[in-house]
Amino acid sequence: MTTPVKNPQTQIKRPDEPLFKRLTRQQLFIPVAALILLVLFNLIADPSFFAISMNTNSLGNPVLSGNIVSVLDNASELVILAIGMTLVTASSGGQDISVGATMAIAGSVILRMVCGSQVTSDTMQMNLLLAVLIGILATMLCGAFNGALVAYFNIQPMVATLIMYTAGRSIAAWINNNQLPIINDLSFKYAGTFLPGIPVPTPIFITAAVILAFWLILKFTTLGLYTQSVGINANSSRLNGLDPKLIKLLTYVILGVCVALAGFIRVSRSGSINYSRIAENIEMDAILAVALGGNALSGGKFNIYGSILGAYVIQFLTTTLYKYDVPSTALPAYKAVVVILLVVLSAPVVREKLANLKKAPAKTAKEVS
Amino acid sequence: MKKILGLALAAAMSLSLVACGGGNNNTPAGSNPANSAPAGSTPAASTPATPAASGELITVGVINNDPNESGYRTANDAAMRAMFTEENGYKATFYNNNDAAQQIAEAQQMIQNEVDFLLLSPASTTGWDTVLKDAQDAGTQIILFDRMLEADESMYVAAVVSDMPAEGKTAVDWLAAQGLDEYNIIHIQGLMGSDAQLGRTGALDEKVAAEANWNYVTQQTASWDEETARTITQSVIDRGESFNVIYAENNGMARGAVAALDANGITHGKDGEVIVMGFDSDTWAMESVLNGSWNYMGLCNPLQAETVDSIIKDLVAGNAPAQKIIYTPEQGFDAATITQADVDTYGT
Repeated sequence: MTTPVKNPQTQIKRPDEPLFKRLTRQQLFIPVAALILLVLFNLIADPSFFAISMNTNSLGNPVLSGNIVSVLDNASELVILAIGMTLVTASSGGQDISVGATMAIAGSVILRMVCGSQVTSDTMQMNLLLAVLIGILATMLCGAFNGALVAYFNIQPMVATLIMYTAGRSIAAWINNNQLPIINDLSFKYAGTFLPGIPVPTPIFITAAVILAFWLILKFTTLGLYTQSVGINANSSRLNGLDPKLIKLLTYVILGVCVALAGFIRVSRSGSINYSRIAENIEMDAILAVALGGNALSGGKFNIYGSILGAYVIQFLTTTLYKYDVPSTALPAYKAVVVILLVVLSAPVVREKLANLKKAPAKTAKEVS
Repeated sequence: MKKILGLALAAAMSLSLVACGGGNNNTPAGSNPANSAPAGSTPAASTPATPAASGELITVGVINNDPNESGYRTANDAAMRAMFTEENGYKATFYNNNDAAQQIAEAQQMIQNEVDFLLLSPASTTGWDTVLKDAQDAGTQIILFDRMLEADESMYVAAVVSDMPAEGKTAVDWLAAQGLDEYNIIHIQGLMGSDAQLGRTGALDEKVAAEANWNYVTQQTASWDEETARTITQSVIDRGESFNVIYAENNGMARGAVAALDANGITHGKDGEVIVMGFDSDTWAMESVLNGSWNYMGLCNPLQAETVDSIIKDLVAGNAPAQKIIYTPEQGFDAATITQADVDTYGT
């Protein structure tokens, strides 16, 4: 009971199958293939994409910069959200579309705490850790609200979270009396920029820590197993002594923690907030990351590493498009094309066809020889 | 399932009991008006404006953009709400949305509710023809504030607006006066199609097209978003392209771009490699210009409420405004000449 079940497809051994077919059956095939494609494209089009240089920032600290650093840095919020979103998707068979709005709430609460009663503050009025904890508490509450609607009132997740999606940004504005708080304390921005003397952006470390934490949680607790079984069949898991409602609620609360961390990173990048624009449409990217990771959006079996890879793929794509100066208004259209391709490719029907397609010419070649 | 539902209902009932108890404790006597007053004054979109018959109050419908889009809008919205109150003789309904389609729908609702004046800050410059026509037919007078729209002057009684093309022109003229050998510009645009974006982009587009040594390194919209502006600037830095001007169409986006410069150790401002330009009226931005970390801020005055108020009072008294279009006084602030007094006077 303590070890989570592995992807059942990987457990079935088909030694006589060709390598390509076995590969395409892997859940991680799509995100890995997409990542390789993007890397290859950039290598061929302009290898300088991968150049990393060491600069000194305006505070005199050594910092690394380059597209790859930007990808890893800017994907942080999305990766953290995608992890939480995967769990929610797996347990409840639906997605939380309020994560952008609740990120605004988290950011607003944290800024309110560190700014105290002032709108513009030069020093932090509260211990940062405490402020972040209060932010986490706030979004855990939002998560619990969403989770309760989904688990106990059986409301469709998208409808249930529509409430927070609509109200969240107004709540975030209300927390700060409609003011736009600004904190100028340099140490507040460490989490979103660089720690003194460390050339790697701090969000990369935070993301790594979150990934590690979830790896440990999934390895040493039954969370993963319980989430999957509730997602696959809530009734049978209840008959086996689980409380599906509680587990669904729990996944939404966990997503709340992820949201707060993402919101914290986002506000500490600049030390300010713009309620109606912060993390706008990030929920769609988070859901896309889950889908790209090969997870069924209808719930059940899941692989958080797929979602994490999916999130990096999305950011890699965005950064690539920016590099070629694609207008930012056109970015969603390009993303849509990629999404269509990936979703079609990852459909089981197409994958099966692809695998057969690869096999067929190989056979004819043999016959000819 | 039933048990849980029952529990939840019981909890909800007991909660509402607690809420009622609290309410009674807080309001000692005559609790009815005290309770209804805040409910009536909430700026909910659905609150119908009462017809002009309600006493001597002038009914106004105020359609504005989202107060959270920028510091400019926050100040603008707050000033309007502070001005159009019952104490000042108004019965006002407020509506905020950045989506022009939603604004139009709400405007039509307000006209149907027969407001005396419709105060309008349109999110986009086009698409308002039916609303203006309907208003004229219903006898609702339209006053534009802050932003213009594309329509014949006869369709509205007055406009108290920022002259966006002039703002852009002032900024571009200032930039040209800096006498750089070459202008390699990162142009970060606001929400596409808004009056502010069109005016501020127009002047720069013209100049870049006309001068051989003015080039865009990139021209992207960040839709007023600071984080997108940072990402755009970072992507230019990652590309390894050189630039010496950041022309951001509001202060928030300029701030985002500066964050990317700082992260890469690119100096900016008065004695820096890169000229930083922003727009609007935020105090923190003016302070950035004052301390030399930015070079220029084009003032866009958000405080039109008083002027609008006096126009309405005049119209009610039967006097048409002397000028149809009133431009709020605006200017550009340069790091070399700005003073603390400017910050205190114009900062919001």
